[in-house]
Amino acid sequence: MTEQQSQFALDLTGVSKRYGGVTALNEVDFKCKPGSIHAILGENGAGKSTLIKIISGVVQPDDGVIKIGDDAVHFTTPQHATDKGVVCIFQELSLMPDMSVADNICLTDPPRNWLGLIDSAEQIRISEELLARVDCDDINPRELVKNLPLSRRQMVEIAKALGRNPKILILDEATSALAAADVEKVYEILKGLREDGLTLLYISHRMHEIEELADTYSVFRNGSHIETFEKGKRSDQEIVEMMIGREISSVFPPKPEKSETLPHVLEVENLNWTDRLTNISLSLGKGETIGLGGLDGQGQREFLLALFGVLRGVEGTIKVNGTETRISSPKQAKSDDIGMALIPEDRKTEGLMLPMSVRDNVSIVSLDQFTKGLSIDKGLEDQKINEMVEKMTIKVGSVEDSVATLSGGNQQKVVIAKWLMTGAQIILLNDPTRGIDVGTKQELYQLFRELADAGNSIIFYSTDYDELIGLCDRVMIFYAGKILKELVGDQINETNIVASSLNIDLSGPEKENAE
Amino acid sequence: MSNLRLWINQNMGVLLSVCIFALVYGLYSFLHPSGGTGKIFIQNSNETFVLIMVAMAQTVPVLTGGLDLSVGAVMTMSNALASVVVNGSPAEIFFGMFLCVAVSAFAGFMNGCIIVYGRLQPIIVTLATGAVYIGIALFLRPTPGGKVDGDLSFAATFDLNEIFLTYGWDIPKWFEGSIGLIPTPMAILVLIVVVIWIPFRSSVTGRGCYAIGSAEGAAYMSGLNVGRSRIAAYTLAGLFAGIGGLYLALQTGSGNADVPQAGAYTLNSIAAVVIGGSSLYGGAGGVIGSIFGAMALRSISFNFRVFDADGPFGFISDPLLQPLFEGTILLIAVSVGAARVFQVKNRLKLFG
Repeated sequence: MTEQQSQFALDLTGVSKRYGGVTALNEVDFKCKPGSIHAILGENGAGKSTLIKIISGVVQPDDGVIKIGDDAVHFTTPQHATDKGVVCIFQELSLMPDMSVADNICLTDPPRNWLGLIDSAEQIRISEELLARVDCDDINPRELVKNLPLSRRQMVEIAKALGRNPKILILDEATSALAAADVEKVYEILKGLREDGLTLLYISHRMHEIEELADTYSVFRNGSHIETFEKGKRSDQEIVEMMIGREISSVFPPKPEKSETLPHVLEVENLNWTDRLTNISLSLGKGETIGLGGLDGQGQREFLLALFGVLRGVEGTIKVNGTETRISSPKQAKSDDIGMALIPEDRKTEGLMLPMSVRDNVSIVSLDQFTKGLSIDKGLEDQKINEMVEKMTIKVGSVEDSVATLSGGNQQKVVIAKWLMTGAQIILLNDPTRGIDVGTKQELYQLFRELADAGNSIIFYSTDYDELIGLCDRVMIFYAGKILKELVGDQINETNIVASSLNIDLSGPEKENAE
Repeated sequence: MSNLRLWINQNMGVLLSVCIFALVYGLYSFLHPSGGTGKIFIQNSNETFVLIMVAMAQTVPVLTGGLDLSVGAVMTMSNALASVVVNGSPAEIFFGMFLCVAVSAFAGFMNGCIIVYGRLQPIIVTLATGAVYIGIALFLRPTPGGKVDGDLSFAATFDLNEIFLTYGWDIPKWFEGSIGLIPTPMAILVLIVVVIWIPFRSSVTGRGCYAIGSAEGAAYMSGLNVGRSRIAAYTLAGLFAGIGGLYLALQTGSGNADVPQAGAYTLNSIAAVVIGGSSLYGGAGGVIGSIFGAMALRSISFNFRVFDADGPFGFISDPLLQPLFEGTILLIAVSVGAARVFQVKNRLKLFG
């Protein structure tokens, strides 16, 4: 029988899925070999998520046959899929925040004692073993997941998936929140799994991750499978064109020359907060874009939150337009005197009110502008909202639709739109392109450039080096809550950013206050 | 050391409720002329047991992020049923007790099924079924009364020695002066925790309850049987409430379909769960905290009996002021648990 066995670990034939009138997947034929890391590429809305959901049993296809090895399968729940060895690490983390790390890792199939009850000691042992496998010995399995930082949670998620002995492992943006140091380890593990004959489906918006890992690429567009090819058969340019179905001129808009003496909009001196931020000083000029670089979790997010008045007990001086100010709440930060806007890290919890309409979300921060006496001037509000939706090219059927119905990229546009409505002069961006498709990224880069050219000042934190290089006039490398190095102009390149992020000494001008 | 600190951190709610109970009950024992004696312990245990059971019942749905507004009604239904069936021959008594608990568990099971398969809000479902269960209780027991086996009543509401005395058995010497002095309701409570709660807590279904309360979508995505856990949670709530109702019948020797009392028990059960450190959002806590929460809540009202009406704080003993003081103390107790927000340095964390 062996020679008759399918050479494919996963084989989809004619799979379609429609949501109402929208076709999410159209007659997709898709095959994966065992012992392969298979990258799935495509813009948001290309059908990647639907494909993943079908393979992992979250949704059922309308048509088509799915075969795992030689068996045709019909998954009705994720549990079925797990039983067949299909394990998925989702983009939105699937951990229980109130439960311990060990409980999470052994969630579905915990070790039992002779009474059939969960054996906690064994569970902790298993967890320690799996965490050691992903080089996370520092995580105590008894700790609650909600007390871990995002990057550690993602490692727990990976450990959890490994614990289920998958045959087909799906990683949906599973590395988007990882710290750079962990990424290496994860690569090593994934390559090890490939050697063991597993099939890995890998979805990421970061091209260099895909180049590093994947051996086979499949491109999807508008719910159809465009092409599957081996690594190296197509150039990056060709791949991107296949994904968006049109040619793109350049990734980042050109940076204009900056004059040396920009008037300072924001000056920060010796900012301290608990043990997470130490002596942060920087000054931001009008129309300037400063990037915050470094490994994940070195205090960049905290710095932005401190500026925006979210943190308690911040020491140091902050001057806006030369006047010393004490910002103690977001309400104060957005006021006309300060004019600050923060695009938060997590759009679903801190950026949007998901069940509310696009219109309500867009206008919520700037309602003051439309308030005449006691009531809101609906006409003016609608006009401004429509202008903004048009300007940002937010794809929405009606502005009355709830934000939850939009795709990730469009949701992020809503978050940005609502803050642009305030006419803020200082814009703080906290990793604004995380988990967003290539096309939307392009539009956002263009937008940030336009904002800077119009005289807005931007502080931009990104975990993607390319963005820092392409968009920023200066880059501050954070390390352990301090600014370790300042990179200016031509110094902003991948080598310098990576080297200084890891605190490796390459010659270059030291930031004076970073001893 | 670090593990111990983690444990203390994760069980802060329970530890706080133990402290509150120790404080309030300590004050009562100090003020009561015969405080701290076996007789008082037995009396207090009897008066607290039903609330403990109803609070335990409330805890399980709360862990899933739901709420069960029918626990008081199920307790009352079980109480009314007990006054009809728990008498006669030993076999009949035994069957009657089993029936009370089984019917209550079934009532909870129905709640769970309607919530899971009807995809309805727990609060609305249990509000409605609670009214149904009260209706059944009134049908079974239109006026207070009925008959509950006297011997069993005696045996269940004193100390363990009394069981032997009631049925004329010899008390073993080693037993009489030690274990024998434990109030029977407390012994039953320990038995229920060991035989029902602890196994449930460490089963996959039980853990599923915590997972649902913590992040239901993630629980489903992880391949847990979400529906089964939720139904189990409400069934267990019915079971605990049923035991409470049965005990109330043994304690009073009769049944009473008392509608206001059912409502009061439901509300107090929520208060006990909160004092016991469980999160009303679900996912964190457990019945052990609720047990101490219920005991703390009852101890507060015990205190009103022992304040000297002629003393400087005599006005506190005025029964008309009792709800006002109980409410105030409840607020203070809950605030103590929330005090840690003052340490939060990141204001975003305040919104959990």
